[in-house]
Amino acid sequence: MTEDSLKVHQPSDIQLGRIAYRRGKAIRSVLVAAVSTAVVGVLLVVAITGAPGWQRVKSSFFDASIARKYLPDILEGLWLNIRLFAVCAACALLLGLIASVLRTLRGPVFFPVRALATIYTYSFRGLPLIITIYLFAFGIPGLRLQGTPNVTVLGGAAITITYGSYIAEVLRAGIESVHPSQMAAARSLGLSYRQSMRHVVLPQAVRRASPALLNDVVSMQKDVGLISLAGPIDAIRAAQIGSAESANFTPYVVAGVLFVLFALPLIGVTDFVTLRAARRQNAGT
Amino acid sequence: MLLTCTDVRKTFGSAVVLDGLDLAVDEHEVVALIGASGSGKSTLLRCVNLLTEVDDGTITLDGEDITNPKINPDFVRRKIGLVFQSYNLFPHMTVLDNITLSPVKVHGRPSSSAKEQAMEWLSRVGLADKADSYPDRLSGGQQQRAAIIRALVNSPRLLLLDEVTSALDPELVGEVLTMIRDLKGDGVTMILATHEMGFARQVADRVAFLDKGKVLEQGPPAQVLGDPVEARTRQFLARIIEAGRL
Repeated sequence: MTEDSLKVHQPSDIQLGRIAYRRGKAIRSVLVAAVSTAVVGVLLVVAITGAPGWQRVKSSFFDASIARKYLPDILEGLWLNIRLFAVCAACALLLGLIASVLRTLRGPVFFPVRALATIYTYSFRGLPLIITIYLFAFGIPGLRLQGTPNVTVLGGAAITITYGSYIAEVLRAGIESVHPSQMAAARSLGLSYRQSMRHVVLPQAVRRASPALLNDVVSMQKDVGLISLAGPIDAIRAAQIGSAESANFTPYVVAGVLFVLFALPLIGVTDFVTLRAARRQNAGT
Repeated sequence: MLLTCTDVRKTFGSAVVLDGLDLAVDEHEVVALIGASGSGKSTLLRCVNLLTEVDDGTITLDGEDITNPKINPDFVRRKIGLVFQSYNLFPHMTVLDNITLSPVKVHGRPSSSAKEQAMEWLSRVGLADKADSYPDRLSGGQQQRAAIIRALVNSPRLLLLDEVTSALDPELVGEVLTMIRDLKGDGVTMILATHEMGFARQVADRVAFLDKGKVLEQGPPAQVLGDPVEARTRQFLARIIEAGRL
């Protein structure tokens, strides 16, 4: 079609009819969505505030003065969570990367490292994080070795090692999703196995695995709160102390809201990356 | 002789793909491998490039036994270029980065001179404006030409082309074949596995017909494609003519 015929083209009556029909349909669906949202919202509010125990729940979970009183302590605890998260996430990504590459090595020479990496990913993905934290934070100091780090470091190590095993498996799936012909092409150019991994396979693997990787990182963000089990005063431990002092659950709600706010940016990034990956896949790269 | 394959054997499980194959290629010679699917053309090329290990026999390059397990395959591959049927460009790198990866990382050349040389090649085949594009923005023919440049920039002693036009739309085949014809003019030694009989006839110095893992018949294109001696070659060519590809 030439540009001229595009400019002068008048839609036929049939096409005008289709446009009108589609517009009517779109307006109807917006109306239906608005009405059903309003109905569900009202029902929820009525069901909760009209419940027989609502007044008790309101005073023991949503007490504004208690929230204000313990907010500074909880924020201070959250700062520990944030620092711990930054360090643990970086270490877990590195650990996962190493373990995943070790698991893909071929050849009998590498059997021991491959076996170790496999045992690691199998055992720590199965072991509940809480048990790992207990074992690290209370078991290792129990050995009474000189230079044992404090419980925060030990608990952080437990989180790192557990998440490293998840990340290793996500990355390994990513590595295996890169077609063998890419490795063949890299080797045919004279690149060594290491160079081929570093420049050709891993960049593609990380890109493909990034939605799943970020998902693990988001999940790690809240699990750093489990460090409270080892003893240090993080946001959850601060909330627990506040809750014990005031005989009220509000501090927990405060900590929960703070954790959600802390996670929101990364969740946003994850959604964006996932969407972009899906769009790329559909474009048929 | 630049390349000599002697009594090469390769099996995958119970399938014998190469069964005592002999082939010699001289410097500046262009040899076309023809034969039915599964006759061992691609496997032979992969064996020469050491992507696949031979089960028996010897392959020498420049008089050096490259099937000797003591040899470092990376050093052998630096002397051989390989172009794949499905291009296999690296999708996460621009065309220019695809081409300069090996010169910079393997041959230790400064990035600027590698880029300059890559750009010369790209201009020569009319792809200079695609240097900073990612492979998925290129047509099949453009991708394959970029892949041929990638295999060529290290000035290999031998260029292996594995059915490089088989994945292309018919109207894109021509641009790739023109490029290969130019390379012959430059004196590049090539082994090309191909289904393009007309092209093999034009560009090859010698045509080798592979059948059941052996070179059954070889000689000048006019003879092998025009007046083959072996009954199986005649059968193969009759099927090709039937399919309208000669």
